[in-house]
Amino acid sequence: MLTRHSFKSNAVKSNSIKSTSIKSTPAKSAGLLLAGLAAVGAFIASVMLGSTDIAWSSLWAALNHYDPSQVAHIILFTERLPRAVIAALVGASLAMAGVLMQTMTRNPLASPGILGLNAGAMFFVVVAVSLLPLHTPAHYVWAALLGAFVAAVLVVLLSRSRHGELSPLRVVLAGVAVTAMFVSFSQGLLVIDQQNFESVLYWLAGSVSGRELSLVVPLLPLFGGALLLSALLVRHANALLLGDEIVTGLGMQATTIKLLLGLVVIVLAGGAVALAGMIGFVGLIVPHMARGIFGIDHRWLLPASALLGACLLLLADVASRLLMPPQEIPVGVMTALIGTPFFIYLARRKMASQ
Amino acid sequence: MTQSSTLTYESGANNESNRLLHSLWLLSLLLAASAGLSLCLGSFPTQPLQVLSALTAPAHSDIAFIIWQLRLPRIVLAILVGAALAMSGAILQSIVRNPLASPDVVGITSGAALAAVLYLTLLSTSLSTLLSIHWLPAAAMLGALVSALLVASLAWKNGISPSRVVLVGIGLAAAMGAGTTLLIVISEDSAAMTAYVWLTGSLYAAQWGDVMGLMPWLLAATPVVLAFSRHADAMALGDQVAEGLGVPILRSRMILLGCSVALAGAAVAFAGGLSFVGLIAPHLAAKLVGRNLARLVPVSALVGALIVVNADLLGRVAFLPKDLPAGIFVAGIGAPFFVYLLHRSRGRV
Repeated sequence: MLTRHSFKSNAVKSNSIKSTSIKSTPAKSAGLLLAGLAAVGAFIASVMLGSTDIAWSSLWAALNHYDPSQVAHIILFTERLPRAVIAALVGASLAMAGVLMQTMTRNPLASPGILGLNAGAMFFVVVAVSLLPLHTPAHYVWAALLGAFVAAVLVVLLSRSRHGELSPLRVVLAGVAVTAMFVSFSQGLLVIDQQNFESVLYWLAGSVSGRELSLVVPLLPLFGGALLLSALLVRHANALLLGDEIVTGLGMQATTIKLLLGLVVIVLAGGAVALAGMIGFVGLIVPHMARGIFGIDHRWLLPASALLGACLLLLADVASRLLMPPQEIPVGVMTALIGTPFFIYLARRKMASQ
Repeated sequence: MTQSSTLTYESGANNESNRLLHSLWLLSLLLAASAGLSLCLGSFPTQPLQVLSALTAPAHSDIAFIIWQLRLPRIVLAILVGAALAMSGAILQSIVRNPLASPDVVGITSGAALAAVLYLTLLSTSLSTLLSIHWLPAAAMLGALVSALLVASLAWKNGISPSRVVLVGIGLAAAMGAGTTLLIVISEDSAAMTAYVWLTGSLYAAQWGDVMGLMPWLLAATPVVLAFSRHADAMALGDQVAEGLGVPILRSRMILLGCSVALAGAAVAFAGGLSFVGLIAPHLAAKLVGRNLARLVPVSALVGALIVVNADLLGRVAFLPKDLPAGIFVAGIGAPFFVYLLHRSRGRV
């Protein structure tokens, strides 16, 4: 009963969103193009701006003839470029994970950060780094994926009430409980093993700086697989919004679809944490922004969220460099400060109807 | 009929007050035993008889300093902090009507922590001539108050709905946690580690001055809470019922909330962010004596004190020569307990 009721109110809400979003296909294509251009612009800004600004000419020269004797070229290739690539990847994957989670739970507050996936991944990485002799990037990735998986299973088990419905409050509380557990375990490790303070704090605060591009390599096939799978399942994701029966009508079990999409979410969220630690709220805000512009059709929503997520994290990272020089603010702190008002707004709106 | 029903009612009441008495005695005994054990154990080996003589005749003992100035204030502070947090949690759970509410979940603790870390950061700057470390508790309490007011006003929408309070509190806790991380990252390394250990919740280097600072808050808040506990119990039946019984709902709720904030803020000010005591202790106490607030508050206080004293003992002794923050042990047990509670409450929240 309750599921159906909340589904109805969701449908009403999505209709009201649809009326403000753009409808025609050419306009959506143009919108997607604009989002892509914005992401490219943010990428270039992230490469050029910082404590030493890099001029257009030296950017061009470095790309054509890399000269290791020039400081600007070294900064560009060892720091700025990896950082921008990681920020773009992390932003895009968190945003896509957020879209899929909000679709699967039909809960506007769902996101990898709030539901504890980030914390689970972070804890397993911290354990791998500080307790086990696992120090290569590939190890981080597998630890993070395992952690995201464990957290996801825990949250699903906890948020399911006896009758199977998922109330928004329960889902969020389950996420908070799981996050609290993993964060407090990590803090315990941190205080016991103070030598690893720096590296653990890095994962806790969330940052895209100081990472090498080699970290990205083991993740590329995983991200590629996740993208492919989500591309194959867009129509099923659309059907999930309408109810589990519709998915069955498309010739597949709703549970199978949810499991496959869950796998995509775990790979995206775990990979993002392996690269950058706990970065919250990107997966919450961006899907709502993208839905406001492009509507609820996943064929547009997923690519648009990826582009906007990349854009948001790149810009947040640039801001974190420029706001308080020479100090750098961890970008996870920036996104939390931007995202909280939005979370409270959603919580007020959602809980008002109950 | 009437007679028999009053009879059963009376015997029920007797039964309940018996349970209360038994629980109070049992918990007090356990607490005394834990405190005694904690007094005897430590990095400096001491015998129970030595400790006893140091307690009774400090002038003739070699270890009087260790017992009177190092261990005893720390144990007393642990008792007070545990009691304050547990009472704060019991009150909050009763007025928010949500078994998962606690000062940490709804953001009161993180507000206090943010204010305290901000104050610690200011202390290490040029402003240090104007400020003194003695005002740290006041800063933490102010932070707790501001965050409670923020949560209440942001959750306000034609009255306060309990679930909205919890959700808004979770959101605000995230923002204030981010602010705290920001401060830690931008301050110098040594200050950062101090702030971090403090945040985890530690009773390291507790002094009699701290005990004296925390005591008045407990003494002031407890009678108020007990006086208003009947209103809280009426409100637990629903706002309409309470109104029908003539309870001034808004005023009682605000006064009880104020007590809860003051207790949590004071505890955080002296012991840092000891999370989960305010969540677990009331639940364990409710298992013993039920949800009636006048009974729940004293029993919760004892349970909370018991938890913190033992966690601190574990932190001091288990990993010698390291002195670990008690908060690690409380959180390590408390967080899985939170998960368990959520599992138990299926179908109710």
